[in-house]
Parts: sequence; structure tokens; C-alpha cells
Amino acid sequence: MSNSNFTRRGLLKTSAMAGGALAMPTIYDGSVWADAHAGYLNAPTGSTVTLGFNVPQSGPYADEGADELRAYELAVEHLNGGGDGGMMNTFSSKALQGNGILGKKVEFVTGDTQTKSDAARASAKSMIEKDGAIMITGGSSSGVAVAVQGLCQEAGVIFMAGLTHSNDTTGKDKKANGFRHFFNGYMSAAALAPVLKARYGTDRTAYHLTADYTWGWTQQESIQAATEAMGWKTANNVLTPLATTDFSSYVAPVLNSGADVLVLNHYGGNMVNSLTSAVQFGLREKQVNGKNFEIVVPLYSRLMAKGAGENVKGIFGSTNWHWSLTDEGSKAFVKSFGEKYGFPPSQAAHTCYVQTMLYADAAERAGTFNPCGIAEALEGFKFDGLGNGETEYRAEDHQCFKDVLVVKGKDNPTSEFDLLEIVEITPRAQVEYAVDHPMFAGGELGKCNPGA
Amino acid sequence: MLGLEKKDTSLLIIVAILTMCAPFILNPFPADSAMAQFNAGYPDLMQRFVIFGIFAIGFNILFGLTGYLSFGHAAFLGIGSYSAVWMFKLLGYNILPGIFLSVITSGLFALLIGYISLRRSGIYFSILTLAFAQMSFALAYSVLTPLTNGETGLQVYNSDPQYFHSDAMPNIPHLFGQEMQSTYTLDAGAWSFDFNTGYYLCALIMLGMFYIAIRIFRSPFGLMLKAIKTNQTRLNYTGLNPRPYTLAAFVISGMYAGLAGGLMASMDPLAGAERMQWTASGEVVLMTILGGAGTLIGPVLGAGFIKYFENIFSKINDTVLHQWFAFLPDGIEDFLIAIVHPFVGKGWHLTLGLMFMAIVIFLPGGLVEGGQKIASKFRGKKAKDDAPAASDTTPAE
Amino acid sequence: MDVIILQLLNGLDKGSAYALIALGLTLIFGTLGVVNFAHGALFMLGAFCAVTLQKILSLSFETIDPTKTDFLGNPAKIKTPYIESWFGPELGSSIIDWSVPLAILFAIPIMIGVGYIMERGLIKHFYKRPHADQILVTFGLAIVIQEVIKQFYGANPIPTPAPDAFKGSFDFGSLLGFDPNVVIYPYWRLVYFFFAALIIAAVFGFLQFTTFGMVVRAGMADRETVGLLGINIDRRFTIMFGIAAAVAGLAGVMYAPINSPNYHMGMDFLVLSFVVVVVGGMGSLPGAVLAGFLLGILESFSSMNEIKQILPGIDQIIIYLVAIIILLVRPRGLMGRKGVMED
Repeated sequence: MSNSNFTRRGLLKTSAMAGGALAMPTIYDGSVWADAHAGYLNAPTGSTVTLGFNVPQSGPYADEGADELRAYELAVEHLNGGGDGGMMNTFSSKALQGNGILGKKVEFVTGDTQTKSDAARASAKSMIEKDGAIMITGGSSSGVAVAVQGLCQEAGVIFMAGLTHSNDTTGKDKKANGFRHFFNGYMSAAALAPVLKARYGTDRTAYHLTADYTWGWTQQESIQAATEAMGWKTANNVLTPLATTDFSSYVAPVLNSGADVLVLNHYGGNMVNSLTSAVQFGLREKQVNGKNFEIVVPLYSRLMAKGAGENVKGIFGSTNWHWSLTDEGSKAFVKSFGEKYGFPPSQAAHTCYVQTMLYADAAERAGTFNPCGIAEALEGFKFDGLGNGETEYRAEDHQCFKDVLVVKGKDNPTSEFDLLEIVEITPRAQVEYAVDHPMFAGGELGKCNPGA
Repeated sequence: MLGLEKKDTSLLIIVAILTMCAPFILNPFPADSAMAQFNAGYPDLMQRFVIFGIFAIGFNILFGLTGYLSFGHAAFLGIGSYSAVWMFKLLGYNILPGIFLSVITSGLFALLIGYISLRRSGIYFSILTLAFAQMSFALAYSVLTPLTNGETGLQVYNSDPQYFHSDAMPNIPHLFGQEMQSTYTLDAGAWSFDFNTGYYLCALIMLGMFYIAIRIFRSPFGLMLKAIKTNQTRLNYTGLNPRPYTLAAFVISGMYAGLAGGLMASMDPLAGAERMQWTASGEVVLMTILGGAGTLIGPVLGAGFIKYFENIFSKINDTVLHQWFAFLPDGIEDFLIAIVHPFVGKGWHLTLGLMFMAIVIFLPGGLVEGGQKIASKFRGKKAKDDAPAASDTTPAE
Repeated sequence: MDVIILQLLNGLDKGSAYALIALGLTLIFGTLGVVNFAHGALFMLGAFCAVTLQKILSLSFETIDPTKTDFLGNPAKIKTPYIESWFGPELGSSIIDWSVPLAILFAIPIMIGVGYIMERGLIKHFYKRPHADQILVTFGLAIVIQEVIKQFYGANPIPTPAPDAFKGSFDFGSLLGFDPNVVIYPYWRLVYFFFAALIIAAVFGFLQFTTFGMVVRAGMADRETVGLLGINIDRRFTIMFGIAAAVAGLAGVMYAPINSPNYHMGMDFLVLSFVVVVVGGMGSLPGAVLAGFLLGILESFSSMNEIKQILPGIDQIIIYLVAIIILLVRPRGLMGRKGVMED
């Protein structure tokens, strides 16, 4: 770390800031909140500000949580002016200066969600009550995200969701204090459908195996709607218990059902096991209705795909971000993450890093840590340079809208990280939906809660 | 006093003092010091201590007295939570109806499950209760989603009816306007102490429940339960039917669990299905054995022990370790961190597992026995002072 | 009809895993009277024997290939397993390919050793202690074992494929006169079933037809009398503990290709295997096997769409429901002996 700003990075930053200021005439005016350093929960009084990183450290998603934590540590390093600055250099907003947030050095506390709503809330509460965290972020499942988001709304801090893909997070469970950068089931479906149509034709019959909880249902509903819209039929939708480890009895009847595509609405360990079972049954070598039998995994995670080994080859799915993207933001992020840890970041790591940057930037622009000020700064915020192209935080539901990646399991991986290849980058316009879309209806944001 | 023997009265008084002064006792380190990591005196964890204390006290009435090892007690905790949250959704955020209903429903479920399960004893009984709890968990997670909101957990939405809710009332759980999450923070020099409404409510309820448990332990009914544990066959030969007694104990402990669930929902208005999973049932078994099954204070200590590890050790990360050992030379610092690292943060389960083994190997009677050993060492030399476990503890047998 | 045959096969397959684990658990109950909550962890250790052997066999040296680049743009490092450079690429890669079957040989001594150490070092001291203490100490041990595995291998599942020779599936339907592709079943799962049957037969044969087995059975029935006859029953029971651990470990090794192993797979099986043992009846080896297959088959049938449409969610609770019914109808499970763990 260096205190002097006469570094290459410092220079770059200053000039970039000037450029940014010129290029964006309608800069958000945060002066309303400017001197509001009180009147909200956990207002930082000293020279530091504490963020709470709440990730799964035990249970099946522990590795994903560990990757999220790496990304957070990297983000904190960059915010405090260490390292090479990562995506701070490519971010379209130049409010961040590498001197912490609003001049306060960023510190963090960590906790274990155990991928359980109760434990996650307990951990988040201890961060808020004991450590004075001003923002909570992280998580690797939708149940946890919704539960913690609700808590943050009640307590009065900002929640920046980590990996959560259910429509509900910014649908019927949306909250004024909660923000999601990650994409959702509807977007996956909207992005995948045209690719599937191009590859597999319009005359197909799909068989769904769906994890029997809210995330699985919303994703299945989305995929079914999107594929039926392009002419596919749906043979069946079978709900599989979350605790299933052996999917053979769900996979076995697929071949006789007349379906020629199997859609696995599973994530994590479920996905690894169901895909392994499906491949073991030799489904992919079979011919049904004169067509090759195909398998689709709508939500891919590279970390988890690794567990399925060879079985992912040639299987389509979608992902929020992938390290092989070649835009400047992604390259900068992969470089600083890879140099620090020795391997490329996962999509979970990416979304967590971005969420931290977005929060810091919003605080900087609002001139306060007040959750209401930050919410106002994030709502409708348009940005670029964070790896997903042009992105917008929609004000009405706090969901980010951006391009979605359609990926395929790579046939000839060159390294252990090189498992997925990007097939198509579906533009944002194709995956956008109205705020009152029936799959997202039912909830309301409510008012932002500053907690005091 | 209160119809208790002298020994029990002093135990009750000690517990009362401990719970009332918990905000001080649990926050022994200055807020800004490196050791502040070990402070447990923040509202959420204090609430959890006493709520799980209630849960474990109730479990001990069944297990400690009758010897029937239920492996499905978490189901009642979950049912209690769901009932309470439903009351919040329908009636409003006043916690009284919720707590009331949670005790009633869990009592009813306990009656049903107990009536069936108590037809068997030993491990067969354990598996029956486990089966019921696992079925409740699986159904709550999936098929019963309209009732339980599945994976996400049951929450209160703005669109819920809340018939008795008016705009004047707080929009979070409260008792006649007293918000559960309101906290008064006392700053005394470098120290800071949190006094939380919800905690004191839970603590008072726990004291009440502790008192009831003492009365049960000392009553003829309690004696009958101990007789069942000691030798059920002999009891049968004397012409007594033990079933109604065990069933009563089962229902009482189920109601304790329901009360704990209702309080959990009142402190934090969300009810998740994981509360009913076998791991949660196993946790209360571990709490009781760890603290000392059959003793009055043991289960509370065990509950505190496990919750402390879960919430404090899991939060120690490498940055914290660096702070602790910063005064050491670099080489030694890194070495120490490398040694400690696997046991904290994401490795907190490992520490917990090792502690389980150590306690059960070296202290067969649980923490209470450890306390007694320490106490007997100090006895005569020095009046018993600090260590809470060393305070007067009364094994039932 | 075809669906029923398929689910029957699935049930037998699931059942063989349940039966193997339950068999080991019952051996420990029956001989030592110990409730072993670490049994799931032994199963998991077995699966990680396969993972470890695969890792050992594919230990590699790195060479730098300047023509290719890694994700950071540096020259790529190409990994070549030592074994391929020693035996040539073809033989080498086929040895790696066969790592799971080879792991059986690797796992037997390791698991017997683990079982022996566990019994002598820990379990021995808990014979006279209440069952609750046994549960606590073995549960603690299970947590420790799985956390240690997590420290080494991470939390993600690790792919451990079966040899290429067993890829794909066998077309039963064409044997039975169905259309092709109607009743197919993966080769490796068939292997698993026959392997399980072999192990079960071997354990029963060992207990039934050897002197050692006879003594152990006598000890299970009446430990004191056997002891009075001057037989050192404790030593034999220790060996039985090792054998039980090996059975669990082998079940795990062979299971690795079916589901990629992860560190908490033991906990996933733990509760289920206890249910199986109790439904079978405490202390009864045939009961454990029978209950394993029965529950496996019932679980498979309950996951059929036709049944799920009538009773949604039935596949999630069937095992517990059946357990309750059986225990209510037959107080000691299917074949339980009187007086074992009833207090």
C-alpha cells in the first residue's frame, strides 16, 4: 500500500475522473445527504467503515462461499487503494478514489450462513448488532438471500445480494433496502430459448426435473414459458426432493416419456448428481423421435460443473459472467484476482466483487452511508465497465438489467478452469421484462429503512 | 421460598442474577480491543442463549427424567415458529397471541406424535420421533409451501391482513408497543453494554420456565418420571401404567419447544423449515448431553456453549487472527496463524467436533460435572466466585 | 410394466447401498452394543479412498508449453501424469481410468486400519457408557473426520468416473422383448448391485461357516458365557469393528462413480441408515439387509410420476412413513431381537 498518489494508478484515476465528469452531464446529485452522517443505524463515526460479508463457509456451498470471500477481500483491497485497482479502473463511474469509501478505510467482518435461513440471519444480525456493519452482502442461495434481505429491511441496513437466481428475490420478496446484481430465472430462460431453438429446432418435447423448492419452481416456470413460446411441448415436470442424492429413479422414466430434451432445474450438488445420473443412463447417446436426445442445465456454475467432470461437455446453460469474457472490465478483474489467488474467479466471486464496488460507488456519489441515500443513488443507476457491458439498476425492483451469457460445456478443455465456452451474449433487450410481469408480481418494495 | 428447597432457591437466584446481568457478563472485553471478538453480549446472541436454554430445559424434562431420547424435538420448535408468524400475519405484530398459539399448537402436535411414538421405547422411540420430524421438515420445505413459504421461510408481508394492526403501532414485533428489537446501549469507558427489550422478555420467560422445571423435577410427578427411567418393568409390576406420565412429560417438553419457537419468531419474525431438520433435533440432544443430562442447569449451559461456538468462532477470520498476533515477529505470527486457521472461521465445525469429543471423554457428566470438579477443588480454599458453571449445580440423581 | 421393471432395478440399486451401510452398522450394534454415529463418515472415507487413489495415480509433473497461454496470458503449464510417462500414455491413462476398481484393494487395508484404531482408541472406552454418550462422542468424531476431509479436498463434489468400459447402459428391454431403449440400466449401477450382493454374501458366509464367525455369533447372543469359556471375545469384536468399517468403506468406494463424493455425503446417509437398521430390527443382520432393499425399492416406486400425481411429496417422506408403520405393527422392526437397545 502506498499513501502517495503520484503513482501510475493515481494519475490514471485522476484523469479518468475528469473524463467521467465530462462525459456524464446528469451526474446524480447527492448533496441532499451530504452532511447526514447521523440519523441512521450504525453510522460510522471513526475513520473506518465496516462491511459484513455473509457467505456459506460450511455445508455444500462452502467452496462457492470461499470464492465469494476472496472476491470481497480483493474488493476491499482495491477500495482502500491497494493492489492494481481491478475493475475500479474500468468502472464508468469514477467516484471511487482508492481511499476507502468517503475517506473512511474499509474494514470487514465475515460470517457463516451455512446455507440456512436461520443461521444466515443470526450471522447477519451479529454483524449489524455487534460489529456495526453498515451493509450486508453475500450468500449463495435464494432462500438465504430473501431471508437476509428481509432482515436488512427490518434492521435498516443495505443488503447487496450475492448469488441468488430466484425470480422472487426481486419479485414477490423485493425490498427497498435490497439490491441484486445477479440475473434470475426469467432472464436465463429468455436468453436460452433462442439458442435452444437455433440448435435443437422448434419441434421438441421437454421433460423437466425440478428441485422442489421456490428457486426450482420459479426457474422451471420461466423455462417452460419461454420454450413453449417458441413451439416446444412440455412432456412432464417432476419435482425432486432437495435432499435427493441419487436421481436414478427420476431419470429412468425420461426416455420412455416421448420427450427428447431433459431440462435439469437443479443447482449445486443436486445439479452435479442429476446430470451424472442422466449421463450414466446414456441418455445423450440415445435417439428419440428421430432426434438426438439433449440435456439442458439452465443455471450453470463453473465451480459446480467441475464436480460433474466430463459430463458437462456440450450441455447448454446460462451464466451471469464467465472469466473468459474479453471486455476490459472482465480482463482487469480476472487479472487482479488471478494474480492474487492463482486461478480465475467464479461468477459468484464476480457478482460479489461488483456488488461491493457498486455499493461503495453509490455511497461516494450520495456522500453518505445512509441506506436511503445509497438506495436513491443506486436506483436507476446506469453503469458500464464491470464485466457485463452496459447495466442498469432498475429503480422499481432493484434488479440489474444486463446482457446474459449462454454457455456450453466445453468439448476440449485446455485447463481445469476451462470448462465452459460462451456461445452467445444475449443482449439486455431480449431478457428484459415489465415490473408487473406475472412471474414477479405480488410484492412491493416498501420504503427504505435507515434503521433509526 | 416459592415452595422450593433452599438449594433450589439459591440455584434459581443465581440463574436469575446471571441472566439479568448477562449484558455485562457476556461483554467482558472493551469494544475496541482485539478480544472484543469474544464478546457475546449483543442482543441476537443473548436472545438465542435464553431461547435455546428454554428449548433444552424442556427437552431435559423428557430425556433427563424419563430417559426417552427424542430425536425429533425440533419439529415442535418449527411448529411453534410457524404458528407465531401466522399470528403476526393475521392479527398483527403483538407477540402475545403468537406465543400463546405456538405453545398450544406444539402441545397438540406433541400429544399426537407422543401418543404414537411412546408405544415404543429405546431406539425405536427415537427413530419414530425422528421420522415424524423429518416428515414435517420435508413437507414444510416443499408440498406445504402455501402454509410455510418453503425454502425462503415464512415472513410477514405488507399485504398481509394484520387485522389488529394500526398505524400507531410499530411495524416489527412488539409487546403492547414495546419493540422487541429496541436496544439501549450503555457506554462505560471503553466498554459498551447492550440492554435489549426482547432479551429481557425472553430471560424472564426462561426464569419462569426454569422455575417450573425445578418444580417438576421435585414433584411426585417428577419422581414418577425418574422411576420410569430407572426401571420401567418394575414400575409395571407395581400396577402403575407409566404411559400417561411419559406422555405428559413429552407434551410438556413439546410445549417448551413450541414456546422457544414462538419466542424465536417474536425476536426475529421469520420461520424457516431448517428449524425442523434432524440436525436441529440433534443439536438439542447435544446441548443436553453436553451440559449434563438430568441436571437442572446443564442443558442451559450446553445451549450456551454450542450457540457461542456457532456465532463467535465462525466469525474469526484471518484478518482477525492477524490483529491478535500482530505484536509477534512476522515468522512466528504466520506460524501461529497457520496453526489456528483450521480451527476458526470456516473450520468452526472442527473445533465443535473436537470439543464434543473432549467433553464426553473427560467429563462424562457434561459441563455440570466439570463445574463440580472445579468447585470441589476451590471449596474450602476460596469462596466460589466467577466461573458460572462452578456455581451451585444440582444433579437430579 | 417397463416402468415397474426400471424402478425395481433402481430400488435394488439404492437398496444395495442402504443394505451395505446398515449391515456394517448392525455388526457394530450387535457385537459391541455401540451406537456409531460415525458410520456415515466411514462410508465417506471409503469414497475418498477412491478419490485419493485417483489423485495419486494422476500425480503430474509440469512442463511449460510456450505455444499456449493460461488464463492470465502467461505460458501454459502442461501437466503430464508420472504414470503416463513411466508406462507410456496408453497403459498409463488406462491405469488412471481404472482407479476406482483399483481403489478397492487400496481401501480394504486402510478402512480396516481406521476401524481398528477407532475401536481401540476411542470406542473401547465407551462400552459401559450410556448410549447418549456414545452418540455424542461418535457424532463429534464424524464431524472431525468430515472437517478434516474438507480441509484437504474442499466442499465441492469431486468427479470420480468409472472405467470407460462401464460407461453407457445395458438394454434389458431387448432381452425381455420390449422395444429397444425402453428398459435400460447403466452398467456401473449393475456392477454396484452385484458387488453389494457379493459383499453381503461374504459377510454372512464368514459369520456362518468359519469358526471365527461362529464365536462372534455366539458372543453376540451371550457375551458373558462366551467370555467364561475362556475365549477372548473382545479381540474378535475389535476385528469385527474393522470388518464393519471395511464394508462401509467398500460401499463408499464403489459409490464414488455413481455420485461424485463430497465431504458431507456421510451425513446424508447417516440418518437414513439408522432408519434402515431400526426398521430391520436391532441386532439382526438379515433384517438390516432386508430393510435396506425394501426401503430402497419403496423409495424408487414412490418417485414414479403416476404415484406422485396422486400423493404429492410422497417420495420425500415414504421412508419415514414406512418406518413408522412397520415399527407400530412390529414392535422390534422386521427381524429384531428382544431386549436389544430397548431401554
